[in-house]
This record gives sequence, C-alpha cells and structure tokens, in this order.
Amino acid sequence: MKKISTVEQAIANLKDGMTLMVGGFLGVGAPELLIDAIIEKGIKDLTVICNDTSFPDKGVGRLVAHQLVKKVITSHIGTNVETGKQMHDGSLEVVLSPQGTIAEQIRAAGAGLGGVITPTGVGTVVEEGKETIELNGRKYLVELPLKADVAIIQANVSDHKGNLVYDLSARNFNPLMAMAADLVIVEANKIVESGQLDPNFVHTPHIFVDKIVEGGKNG
Amino acid sequence: MDKATIRATIANRVAKEFKDGDLVNLGIGLPTEVANYVPEDIDVTFQSENGFIGMGPAPEAGQEINNLTNAGGLPVTIFKDAAFFDSAMSFAIIRGGHLDCTVLGALQVDAKGNLANWMIPGKKVPGMGGAMDLVTGAKKVIVAMEHTAKGDVKILSECNLPLTAVGVVDLIVTEMAVMKVTDKGLKLIEINPEFTVEEVQAVTGAQLIVEDDLIDMK
Repeated sequence: MKKISTVEQAIANLKDGMTLMVGGFLGVGAPELLIDAIIEKGIKDLTVICNDTSFPDKGVGRLVAHQLVKKVITSHIGTNVETGKQMHDGSLEVVLSPQGTIAEQIRAAGAGLGGVITPTGVGTVVEEGKETIELNGRKYLVELPLKADVAIIQANVSDHKGNLVYDLSARNFNPLMAMAADLVIVEANKIVESGQLDPNFVHTPHIFVDKIVEGGKNG
Repeated sequence: MDKATIRATIANRVAKEFKDGDLVNLGIGLPTEVANYVPEDIDVTFQSENGFIGMGPAPEAGQEINNLTNAGGLPVTIFKDAAFFDSAMSFAIIRGGHLDCTVLGALQVDAKGNLANWMIPGKKVPGMGGAMDLVTGAKKVIVAMEHTAKGDVKILSECNLPLTAVGVVDLIVTEMAVMKVTDKGLKLIEINPEFTVEEVQAVTGAQLIVEDDLIDMK
C-alpha cells in the first residue's frame, strides 16, 4: 500500500461537517501544510479536537480564524482572540475540558477502552452533566472516548511505511491522535526509505498511518 | 514594595519548599521565575506539561529552537538528561502522583484549599489547560501570587469564581506571608517582617490562624 501522497490527494476525502483531530501544542507540532490545504479547499463546519486553539496565524488556530470550525473540544483558547470572538457571537461552540482528560479520552478511543475514570474536574463545572462514580472512597468523573473521522498530525521523520519519529516538544498530542481516527494523515518534515529508522526508536508504529505528505514548515 | 521586589520575594520563598530530587511543574508567569531561585545544593527536575522533563532556562537570543517551548509556548532549553514524551504520558506523570510539587498563580484561593484560576464568567474564559490535572495530581500544591489584585482581596473564606479544583491547595506564598491550609482554616506560618499581622489580616478575606510558632518569612 502506497501511503506517500500529495497534500491534495491526502485530503481528498475530507468533507464539510467532519470531526477532525489536529496535532500541536500552541502550534508546535502542527501540520501546517495540511491546514493550508483545508483552508484552500474551504472545508467547513468542522468539529475539531485539539489541545488548544493556538494563535490566529498558527496551527489549528488558522482553521478557527478562517471560520471553518463549528465546534471545538479543547483545553485552552486564551491565545486565540478569534476563538473567543466566535464563541461570544455564537458561531463557534466551545467545549473546554482538562488537558489530561482530553489526552486520555483520545488514547482511550485508540486503545478500545470504554472511557476514562478521572478525579480531575470533580467539584467543578467540568463535572456538570457527567456520570460520576465512587471507587475506594474517592469520587471520579466518567469521561467518554474521543474519536475522529480524520486526524492530521505532524512528525519529524516518517519512513515509506509510516513509522514516525517526532521532534522534541512537537510530539505532544500527535501520537495519541494517530491512534484515534479513521483516516490518519501525517505531515513529515522528512521522508526516508524503510530501514532508515531504528525500530527501537520508532514513536508511532506504521499501522496507524494512512497517508504521508512531505512537510517542511516545522522544526 | 515595587513589582520586581514582590515577585522576587515570592519566587525566592517558594523555591525553599523544594527538596533534593523533586520533580516540579511551574505555571506560567510568576511561578516560572521560581526556577531562578532553586538552591544550588539540591537537584530539582522541572516538568513541562507539553511533554518533557529536564527543562532549563530560556535560551540566549538567536539560540531558540522552534520545537522546544514551555507550556506557554515560549522558547526554553533542556538539560542533558532531559526526556520527551507524549501528552498522555505527561499527564500520567501529573495525575498519577509522580509530580512532587506544582506551583501556580490564582485568581482566588480560600481557607478550604479551593482554587479558582481558570475563568472569570462573562469576562475572561481562557480555559483550564493542564491546571485541573496539575492540582488534582501533584503531591504538593503551592499557590504563588501577589497578596491582592490591585487591592482586591484574593484569599477568601470561600471562592466565588468557578473552581479549578476542590480542597487541593497546601500552601499560599505571597509577598506578605506564607499561609498553610489546615483542617481548621488558613494558618499564618510566616510573615514578611515589613508587615504586621494586622496588616496581612486586613487584606485577607479569611480569618487567619495565628499561633506562637509564627516566624519571619524565610
């Protein structure tokens, strides 16, 4: 199976209204070329799952700034004025959730778990509308898995098969999102022949990756 | 006290809480400055919730690496024994009780150890980021902040802003005093000799417990 493709081919099946995971932490480790292509094509009404909405001119924040997002599930929006503005005028639904909870919800989806039982958020607004359970005398929230139609992620190096290695703090949510979407598209700074990566040091095994595009804007 | 002195006083005092071998997470803003005051004879490892341990100070101008930032998105350096990981591992460390101490700012903190530091309804809704996990999972939670916000009381008998977590704060360090959250309420354990107990109490919205063991701020 040939995974390496052009950016246009890679996003050919993306449609309005899809749920999209976007890697990156304040734009570090975000797949900028894939984001460019989604903006270019004007794919809209997206439900986006991301750690934060970055800045208006960086990473996933650009999708918000271009008004392509109708709902976002995220932990932080404070660095993107566009997110706040659209939330206030009602054009963007914002679901705020603790960062560690989102990470684990994504991992749970990829790992086939029914949910996450976490003490984080107990006694706060995060608890509202959620099932709680008490185990060994401590109260926990039941958080459901987060799955997506498509994940767009960024890696430093991919081999032809899709084994991935990330760079420094650009790793963040990328390996988790690689496990939790029907279609996983990676933008790699560098693509190498199979055999060039030491199997001992592969961060994401190739089975999770569907499409590979060559990037270059990061790192 | 001018702003620089206030920040230095707080950061210097917080750093004295660390022990050799501690893993510590510092929040954005004033807490970040605590790293500059860690005693040289102890080894403290800093965690950055975007995915690594072994965080060092900011780089010299021109030495920034795009893929190496702290959780506030600012360029940082790493020590030789640093380690990187994904966000699930990062929060396993945080939530799983592997973090010895977290230092955060607050909008409000109260006598029961409740913390509010992530939103002001109708005004400012930045989101909780990793704060809820940090204060829920860290073994010790230190609030490091100016005693008041331009005169407005921040230390209360009960927070009225949306909470970050319930009953999690262990210690509050301000430029005026160090207060410990106890079963009976807030105990004044150290005071900056520039202030009197009455002066501290006057800008504190919770009754402070003052006993004979009160000492000058370290």
